[in-house]
Amino acid sequence: MSDHVSMAAGGLPGESRSETAFRARERVKSGHFRAKALIPILYILFLLVPIYWLVNMSFKTNGEIVSTMTLFPHNPTLKNYATIFTDPSWYMGYVNSMIYVVMNMVISVAAALPAAYAFSRYRFLGDKHLFFWLLTNRMAPPAVFALPFFQLYSAFGLIDTHIAVALAHCLFNVPLAVWILEGFMSGVPKEIDETAYIDGYSFPKFFFKIFMPLIASGIGVAAFFCFMFSWVELLLARTLTVTDAKPIAAIMTRTVSAAGIDWGLLAAAGVLTIIPGAIVIWFVRNYIAKGFALGRV
Amino acid sequence: MEKTWNNKAWFFVLPVLLLVAFSAVIPLMTVVNYSVQDTFGNNQFFWNGTEWFKEILTSERFHDSLIRNLIFSGLILAIEIPLGIIVALAMPKKGFWVSVCLVLMALPLLIPWNVVGTIWQVFGRTDIGLLGYTVDALGIDYNYVADPFAAWVTVIVMDVWHWTSLVVLLCYAGLVSIPDAYYQAAKIDGASRWAVFRYIQLPKMGRVLLIAVLLRFMDSFMIYTEPFVVTGGGPGNSTTFLSIDLVKLAIGQFNLGEAAAMSLVYFLIILALSWVFYTVMTNAGTDKPVKEISE
Repeated sequence: MSDHVSMAAGGLPGESRSETAFRARERVKSGHFRAKALIPILYILFLLVPIYWLVNMSFKTNGEIVSTMTLFPHNPTLKNYATIFTDPSWYMGYVNSMIYVVMNMVISVAAALPAAYAFSRYRFLGDKHLFFWLLTNRMAPPAVFALPFFQLYSAFGLIDTHIAVALAHCLFNVPLAVWILEGFMSGVPKEIDETAYIDGYSFPKFFFKIFMPLIASGIGVAAFFCFMFSWVELLLARTLTVTDAKPIAAIMTRTVSAAGIDWGLLAAAGVLTIIPGAIVIWFVRNYIAKGFALGRV
Repeated sequence: MEKTWNNKAWFFVLPVLLLVAFSAVIPLMTVVNYSVQDTFGNNQFFWNGTEWFKEILTSERFHDSLIRNLIFSGLILAIEIPLGIIVALAMPKKGFWVSVCLVLMALPLLIPWNVVGTIWQVFGRTDIGLLGYTVDALGIDYNYVADPFAAWVTVIVMDVWHWTSLVVLLCYAGLVSIPDAYYQAAKIDGASRWAVFRYIQLPKMGRVLLIAVLLRFMDSFMIYTEPFVVTGGGPGNSTTFLSIDLVKLAIGQFNLGEAAAMSLVYFLIILALSWVFYTVMTNAGTDKPVKEISE
């Protein structure tokens, strides 16, 4: 106990001193340390086992799934994936999802950028009320909107189009993008704006040439979260589409037929919906908390 | 930051305003419209005053799903918040493993909600699912399709699986922002592990924890897709939460007036909660000084 206290007090500069003390402390209670590492490991195992089971099933034949309980595929097959990639009614589901998700992402971020700038830099009549009202839309239960959306988009003849779903998802994604971007923009000192004006930059030139590069990571995070929430939402996407724009998540239910459920195919389709998120997650890993807390951590 | 008063900023907000008006205000007005009218088919509507509201507020069915949803949200918070804190405290503070932990933990958050439902629907089946098979092999009678208790357990475990990582990530973000000097001071004072948690870590996590509680409460309060896929609201009505009930009423029975009135009551509850959330969020900058370590 006394040795690392003296070490901490012993004249090493700043950060390195605290690190040494920290490591010394961990070494002292290394038994405790190992037990501590067990918690995240067990938790991650709990998270991964159900996902593993889905992946496992997607490589099995239906015969193997139904007849025996096997922890890994004994006769691995790619048949389920082949079905999805060769049948247009399957893979078009992914294309449809991608189209409306990207549309929504572009619309949300483009509309949110100027608004977030206004909220972060100016005070204006009703600004606080407006900011709160935006939040209520993020918190609104989609179930409340399902039926009115259906009627509204029917009236405009937009049912079963990608743009209908993209606009519907703006309900929660635009507020999200505004809040996240506002959080990032407030971190940029206002002096930068002022200096740019003094240097003779016009507003658009300043915004695109100077300001946007400064908040590039914020734009990336906002885009990622719009992508994600549009990708995981199903209630509205399913309500507003019939066949031409039907998302993959809704097509999955087709595997339930008179002959029973095609489990292998269902699992393969499920695994493919996990992949887009899993690919981009590495790039935003340090911002996930910030994004979920609407830019406020 | 000092902000300038400038009403021209409204022009910047205009695109968002129009977009959200189209996707939120117009549909919401339709709901208000339905909630005060009745129809006997044929697209003819009659003024009905507050009858639908009276009906929904005294409806036993609404009360039941409201209570069910409150119990569900309460259980979710009681499990996910402590679990999230424990996992966040045990996570490594720096190095390569931090990234690995963050990425693996965030994985369930990015899965489409009905796929989450599908994963657990399959996983819990006694014939083809690992969980159901194991539990069954241990001699416990487990069938989430027929037994309400098993259905509740399945839905709650699924939600814990799906969303605890959100609490972990938020708490972790709060924890890493604590300067090392605080821990050194505690060490010099000979503070116990519990004292460090109670007087340093918990107060520092306070705000993110509050955000986590509110987010989890609100999202579990409007949960729809996951339990719908797993149990369909059954067996009977035992897992019919507010959103599932609402969709049944509006699209299943096409009872527009009552569904609209229910939507508005539902929305008002959410609105009140959002206000709490807003107050918490906008006080973000005014972080209170951390309590001194006494003892």
